[in-house]
Amino acid sequence: MSTKHTLSVLVENTPGILARIAALFSRRGFNIDSLAVGVTEHPDISRITIVVSVEDLPLEQVTKQLNKLVNVLKIVELEPSQAVQRELVLVKVRADNETRSQITEIVQLFRAKTVDVSPEAVTIEATGSGDKLTAMLRMLEQYGIKELVQSGTIAIGRGARSITDRSLRALDRSA
Amino acid sequence: MPMTEQASGAHHPQPRPRSSGPQTSAPEQVTGAQSLIRSLEEVGADTVFGIPGGTILPAYDPMMDSTRVRHVLVRHEQGAGHAATGYAQATGKVGVCMATSGPGATNLVTPLADANLDSVPLVAITGQVVSSAIGTDAFQEADIVGISMPITKHSWLVTKAEDIPRVIAQAFHVASTGRPGPVLVDIPKDILQAKTTFSWPPVLDLPGYRPVTKPHAKQIREAAKLLGAAKRPVLYVGGGVIKAGASAELKVLAELTGAPVTTTLMGLGAFPDSHPLHVGMPGMHGAVTAVTALQKADLIVALGARFDDRVTGRLDSFAPHAKIVHADIDPAEIGKNRAADVPIVGDAREVLADLIQAVQKEHAEGSQGEAAAHKYAGWWKDLNRWRETYPLGYDLPEDGSLSPQQVIERIGQLAPEGTIFTAGVGQHQMWSAHFIKYEKPATWLNSGGAGTMGYAVPAAMGAKAGRPERTVWAIDGDGCFQMTNQELTTCALNNIPIKVAIINNGALGMVRQWQTLFYNQRYSNTVLHSGPHDVNPDAKGTRVPDFVKLAEAMGCYSIRCERPEDLDKAIEEANSINDRPVVVDFIVHEDAMVWPMVAAGTSNDEIMAARDVRPDFGDGEDD
Repeated sequence: MSTKHTLSVLVENTPGILARIAALFSRRGFNIDSLAVGVTEHPDISRITIVVSVEDLPLEQVTKQLNKLVNVLKIVELEPSQAVQRELVLVKVRADNETRSQITEIVQLFRAKTVDVSPEAVTIEATGSGDKLTAMLRMLEQYGIKELVQSGTIAIGRGARSITDRSLRALDRSA
Repeated sequence: MPMTEQASGAHHPQPRPRSSGPQTSAPEQVTGAQSLIRSLEEVGADTVFGIPGGTILPAYDPMMDSTRVRHVLVRHEQGAGHAATGYAQATGKVGVCMATSGPGATNLVTPLADANLDSVPLVAITGQVVSSAIGTDAFQEADIVGISMPITKHSWLVTKAEDIPRVIAQAFHVASTGRPGPVLVDIPKDILQAKTTFSWPPVLDLPGYRPVTKPHAKQIREAAKLLGAAKRPVLYVGGGVIKAGASAELKVLAELTGAPVTTTLMGLGAFPDSHPLHVGMPGMHGAVTAVTALQKADLIVALGARFDDRVTGRLDSFAPHAKIVHADIDPAEIGKNRAADVPIVGDAREVLADLIQAVQKEHAEGSQGEAAAHKYAGWWKDLNRWRETYPLGYDLPEDGSLSPQQVIERIGQLAPEGTIFTAGVGQHQMWSAHFIKYEKPATWLNSGGAGTMGYAVPAAMGAKAGRPERTVWAIDGDGCFQMTNQELTTCALNNIPIKVAIINNGALGMVRQWQTLFYNQRYSNTVLHSGPHDVNPDAKGTRVPDFVKLAEAMGCYSIRCERPEDLDKAIEEANSINDRPVVVDFIVHEDAMVWPMVAAGTSNDEIMAARDVRPDFGDGEDD
């Protein structure tokens, strides 16, 4: 039984690091469910959030192999109950004068936003956990989804503690 | 705990340049190329194997003036890579190879992959097309950083000339520390030509690189406790012990505990073959005693070894009764193939030093009433019985032709003290592992993980360049020899007098052995000394190519030996010549096979001591 794990990977913001990580996953036969990359509060550090479906033992291998990459600073697994996880979707749904108000109602129920309207379609922006977004999309399916784009999951631990503090200090020392 | 920290190395000091002397040099006005050569001088790279070409050309100009860096002009970049590997394995220093962009760089791919699997510290420096042309499919452009990513420890594309000293220092640091490995530095031609300043030492910038060398005290105590409680322990020793320079410590621990020692193909020489506690090499072609010792063990202490499939055979039936203590400098090796009961991350030398103390403490506390010699008496009774019943051996061919095993054994026996042996890959490699006695570390160099045919000659060249005072014998097969023999020209012209024994059976012997055993003696494409049967049915033993003439053409002294009575004379003659490379073409019997053998994909319990001979361990069929 494989379960979903969310890894926050702090990396040096250098060219090629994403290729190294992606190559490592494919070479070692691990599957990535989702991937999100962005710079952190420190311009020299990027944060990669990787969601993988693996059993515990391969997960340990994933983590250890990632740690061997010279540009990887730190890896933290975020437990779902102790972290806030978010995804973003933009979805274009077929809508005419008859269905538009029904769709707007669904948008409100899920606390999503309508970001664009045209005579034949509306575009909806929604953020939330994967479960919530799946539920919303299921409701919208009946009207006809014309186009869908989803971001990878990003996640952050609850509470005051920061996972970047120490890495920042390491970076400062070496600079 | 809201977060599980899986990696933090905050306790470890930041890396510093390896050879930063007390004095710091003032900035000099130089070109990128001069900065590169100055950096190589400062990190102590005394030998570089390479071939110039368009994009690396700027670096070769200041190289000509360097009195501290010797460049050896090889005949193929693969030769440069393996030579750097041989140099590194023989000296313990970082090997350096250099090539131009495109095909020059891609010719380094095989030696990089080879060094990666055998954890050899290597720095490959490649030229790259000018920065503005990168990505345009320019002449001799190859994305060597991308290509080499999965087969190097790390790689850099230099984008500013001022970064050259720092990147070179980092490359040597990463290659040689932690688990050693190959790294690649790719430098565009315009960066080599740019004006810059050079000062030394640079400050390393490797915030994510913190190898752990000091083992955890609690794990060491656990391991010592298990050793005390075990009835049938085995010390399973790999190449990590040689790389850590931990042979002396290993000997102390082995003698302190009285446990048997098995050394892997990469670990041969870490422990003296002649030592009474040594039970041989494990694995697919391992000694019956070593393979069986691991299968029957109740404790395996793995030191700088990685439970490779060639050692374990079928994993699910490997050493079924054994608890595992696994010490390795690479945390990712621990638990990768076999779960460890006691994982120890650390440098083998530090692990062994700490383990010795912990075992001594256990002994002092009297938890062991018996003396070391008697503690495992029952175990040694079994081990000695297997050793006596199933020793390594071979039969001489009935037709009076040369036995390949005997050739290799005699080369080992007649070799001067301290001789370094290299081997290619195949039957001759396994026979060299079996029938030459290795007493000291770094006297046996081979391609263990990658199994790279053609490794022997260039690796011997590198070893001899690094250790000119030693005799270096390359034991090669006729198949391997035809892949990389061009480096004999390099040896002849650069005063690198290696000795090469071609174990010439006219066939790709190991593949032929598998065809004999598993493919009904259908010898598809394994005959080397004749063409396909339908083209030339009578062509047997054609002497094409004639290795004696070939070697002479490359400036070597060459000898052919075909009869057992000429064997010692040929070897002694080869040993007596030291002013040029020597090649001996030993024409050996083609049907000799490597035994023992565990067939691929089967359990180590199915080891065959010889053809149709399955050892009887007196424990019944259903064990």
